[in-house]
Amino acid sequence: MSNQVIGYIVVFGVFVGFMYIAYSTRAKRADDFYVAGRRIKPFWNGMAVAADWMSAASFISMAGAIAALGYDGLAYIMGWTGGYVVLALVLAPYLRKFGKYTAPDFIGDRYESQTARAIAIICAVVISFTYCVAQVAGAGIIMGRLMGLPMKLAIAIGIVIVVASTVMGGMKSITWTQCAQYIVLIIGYLIPVTALCIKMYGHPLPQLAYGDLLQKIVAKERELNITPIYIEPFTKMTMADMWVLTLVLMIGTAGLPHIMMRFFTTPSVRDARYSAGWALIFIGALYITAPAYAAFQKYVVLHEVVGKPIAQLPEWVAAWGKVGLLKIKDAVELGGNGDGILQFKELDLHRDIVVLSMPEIAQLPYIVSALVAAGGLSAAISTADGLLMVIAAAISHDLYYKMINPNASEATRVYLGKSLIGVFAIIAGIVAAGNIGFIVQIVAWAFSLAAASFFPAIVMGVFDKRTNVYGAAIGMIGGLLITLFYILGVKFGWPFKITPIAGIKDQGAGLFGMAFNFLSCIIISRLTPPPSEKIMDLVDHLRYPKKLTDAHD
Amino acid sequence: MVSAEKEDIKKRLEEYHKKNVSYIIILLIIWFIVSLGGILVVKGLNELTFLGFPFGYYLGAQLSIIVFIIEIFVYAKLMDNLDKKYGFYED
Repeated sequence: MSNQVIGYIVVFGVFVGFMYIAYSTRAKRADDFYVAGRRIKPFWNGMAVAADWMSAASFISMAGAIAALGYDGLAYIMGWTGGYVVLALVLAPYLRKFGKYTAPDFIGDRYESQTARAIAIICAVVISFTYCVAQVAGAGIIMGRLMGLPMKLAIAIGIVIVVASTVMGGMKSITWTQCAQYIVLIIGYLIPVTALCIKMYGHPLPQLAYGDLLQKIVAKERELNITPIYIEPFTKMTMADMWVLTLVLMIGTAGLPHIMMRFFTTPSVRDARYSAGWALIFIGALYITAPAYAAFQKYVVLHEVVGKPIAQLPEWVAAWGKVGLLKIKDAVELGGNGDGILQFKELDLHRDIVVLSMPEIAQLPYIVSALVAAGGLSAAISTADGLLMVIAAAISHDLYYKMINPNASEATRVYLGKSLIGVFAIIAGIVAAGNIGFIVQIVAWAFSLAAASFFPAIVMGVFDKRTNVYGAAIGMIGGLLITLFYILGVKFGWPFKITPIAGIKDQGAGLFGMAFNFLSCIIISRLTPPPSEKIMDLVDHLRYPKKLTDAHD
Repeated sequence: MVSAEKEDIKKRLEEYHKKNVSYIIILLIIWFIVSLGGILVVKGLNELTFLGFPFGYYLGAQLSIIVFIIEIFVYAKLMDNLDKKYGFYED
């Protein structure tokens, strides 16, 4: 059987499985559709959160980013995991106690304002849509590279799978397909590097073995006079830049609407707290492994590729060179010295190669590459599902039901939600098939936008009774604008040029917007009338888990 | 609901919320030290070796995540006890 056929069989089989799960968990009721009937236990919700969270970028690009950035790249590791502590402590339990359907719901009700609700809807849709386009594009890239499908066909297949697993049951079917997708993605991620670790160290724990590799990498780098040394901090970012990036990624993670939305699905407040812990265990399995991936790849490159005659390089080097993920620039006209031996400087590696090439580096059978493809696709699709759900809920529930037509029947709302998923999936596919360079860039900003908009308004809504609609609305709008202008000014010098403050680049822009948002909640709220008695009671109600009165339940 | 009972709940809730906030602050201080604090002193920490890793690198790549996970479960457990003590526990 040819490799390509094996690849198709594995990926096709996995997706038929996902579709079956989606079909057998389809939903008709609104609470099934939006919050999976609030019956998802912490262990499973944690697993679904993990799949919802880990995107195409976490799966294929993050290890490569760490390999390229060294210690500075750990901002992504700490940022994207530390956010769950924030989520578990100051957001998830209160969102669950609030007990409605979406983050804009919370903001609209807590601040008794349709304007605040509308701002939140716009933030949720913009953040989720751009992020979703990147997932669809990611699915296309993975299928294209590992299975040789044309990009547009690959995107179309991805869209069909996403829509199929989302439309039938909304949040209910998403939950169970996400659990299955987590299992596929974590297996696909762990097998190649674990296999290489067994080969080199005789045990299956690459996460512990790579301390030794780091020492060998550093020794080799010193021997070859390669600078900067891999583990040396602050060579690619300034300390302030890395620090701020880590903080913004943490707060942004806690403030992303598709992650918040999953915490509405647990049966109780207690379950929401434990869910966050399970989520981080499942996420940690991949995040703790990513730097190990980076180290194994770096070691192999330094010992088996660099310094070798170009004619005698390992097979995988040529194979990935053909796909364009790796370039050899020994020839004089490409800037090399033309001696026929590959110097470190003459090797140009694309980030995605770290994970994608590992099965071949470890000399594993092709079926493992197929599993990696299935895992990467699962990561992309499970995240796209959650994002489309946010968009569908924001428009069908928050905009249509809460603002336009409060008399809409349950069936109408669910029908509208399902239709929106289909429509937005197709739009995302069309955008993804076009030029995606810009979209990938926007994803890096999504965290800044989330940190500057949702997070302060929700946290202050729970922990500061005095925060009112003026502080929150001005905070959200101002926070967003400051963040946007900083990004545009630093990145493009438009509409006016901004010199990075303390070396903080565009990805850390959320810091300034977030600071403004918090200050606005505190100061502007205190210069304007306090929230109503009813809202004071609502905040009290949010602060304890048990249902004591029927006032809000 | 009678007003005396309501007053009692309000008082219990205030105490409960204060304790909750103090747990949150302590856990966030630990959260800060292992991640954002670690970045500030990474060069010094890298002088130490832990399980074969430079400690500063290990803290960022692995130990911080392990501490995060423990923190979330510790918080959930602490809140279980607090919920029970103040009569807000739900099954």
